[in-house]
Amino acid sequence: MAWTWFHRLGSPPYIYGLAMRLTPWFAWTAGLLIVGGTFGGLVLAPPDYQQGDDYRIIYVHAPSAWMSLMVYSTMAVSAAVGLIWRIKVAHAAAASCAPVGASFTFVALVTGSLWGQRMWGTYWEWDPRLTFELILLFQYLGYMGLRSAIEDTQRADRASAVLAVVGIVNVPIIHYSVLWWNSLHQAPSVMQLAKPTIPPSMLVPLLMMFLGFTLLFVALLLVRVRAEILNRERSASWIREAVT
Amino acid sequence: MSSSALEVSTRRGATSFFEVARLMLARDIRLALRKRGQLVQPLAFFAIVTTLFPLGISPELSRLREVAPGVLWVAALLSSLLALEFLFRDDAQDGTLEQHVLSGQSLTWMLFAKTAAHWVLTGVPLALMAPLAGMSLGVPASSIGGIILSVALGTVALSLIGSVGAALTLGVKRNGALLSLLTLPLSMPVLIFGARATELAIKGEGFAAPLYLLGAIAVLGITLAPLATAMAVRINME
Repeated sequence: MAWTWFHRLGSPPYIYGLAMRLTPWFAWTAGLLIVGGTFGGLVLAPPDYQQGDDYRIIYVHAPSAWMSLMVYSTMAVSAAVGLIWRIKVAHAAAASCAPVGASFTFVALVTGSLWGQRMWGTYWEWDPRLTFELILLFQYLGYMGLRSAIEDTQRADRASAVLAVVGIVNVPIIHYSVLWWNSLHQAPSVMQLAKPTIPPSMLVPLLMMFLGFTLLFVALLLVRVRAEILNRERSASWIREAVT
Repeated sequence: MSSSALEVSTRRGATSFFEVARLMLARDIRLALRKRGQLVQPLAFFAIVTTLFPLGISPELSRLREVAPGVLWVAALLSSLLALEFLFRDDAQDGTLEQHVLSGQSLTWMLFAKTAAHWVLTGVPLALMAPLAGMSLGVPASSIGGIILSVALGTVALSLIGSVGAALTLGVKRNGALLSLLTLPLSMPVLIFGARATELAIKGEGFAAPLYLLGAIAVLGITLAPLATAMAVRINME
């Protein structure tokens, strides 16, 4: 009996209603945090003693880079849940994660490249973290490519779930191999962010942005899962009642 | 369908674990040897790609020697990708793969044997050809052993990663571009350590460290990839 809540999580109508109720909470909190964090980071925080105002791109770059991995893990976990327990909603969630994650990865790459232009003088440096983000973007593209290539939804779900799980096993391997590859070939990176202390006026906006981006992802995920459920269950009778 | 594949399905229960692997290996190698043209294609491709670089960069051996590890490995990666098409395609088309799924034998084990056969047919010839291509790029003769070892070990991992990609794209028509999009990002660690081992071998330094890392990736691949491949084949056969 205590497990009924768990079973309800696998039911599309329940998730549809739950997502609809929860979306505004996450979206508004995310919006407030991001606006507050942006203001704190771009206006209130003092300029860096070495990088001047250039460092402020970190308020977008670092949270996006964090989200690129976080979304991939979420995608792989929900794909695995869908694969193991054959829960359709979990597959829908995994499918919804991919474009969001790819977008965050893309933002992380673009902001990293802009930052690199100011710090290294070039738009692209084969820095291990940037290279890793690039490979991660390819993995997202592969996932989406496989999903769109298979017409049957159920088969696409399960095949792409296998790919997501294989991909997440590879993420740490790629991370470390890129790190070692770079340290073997290049002088230590120009950029050294390892400062002993970050003053709270810089750190608090950054943490707000991290939390804001995470909640933004949850809000986007909820909206996308609803769209995904609508698309998948379009012939189900409950949809008609829910929509009208 | 060859007789050995029939044997696998009819002598169900009586066929032991290792017998299955032996039959599968023998069948795949025999079939491949009957289509020698298909077998030579990846090798010819490898030779052509390594020819492109001197034409594109410069005929000076000193400059080519510097980029030789990268050239050899990128060419090996691409030709093993090309060879992946032959891994499941024919068996999927004539229904043999379906019979494998229905045979009652462990599909994971059978596909592992199949991938092993694929490595023998594509990885080993590539490893033997790599020093030849290397010589044309000005690589010293002393590095031949290192190049063969690193390519042989690296192609183990490439075949296994590729088998997952090939199984996932079984149901997709004209899947070449998609297959490369799926497998190349996963193959990048192999490229990094393989090229590093080759580079050290060319310089005459000890290349054991990157070779160990390649071995680690290969072992991880042997443990996990056949499971994912079998799962992907089942999904596409449903």
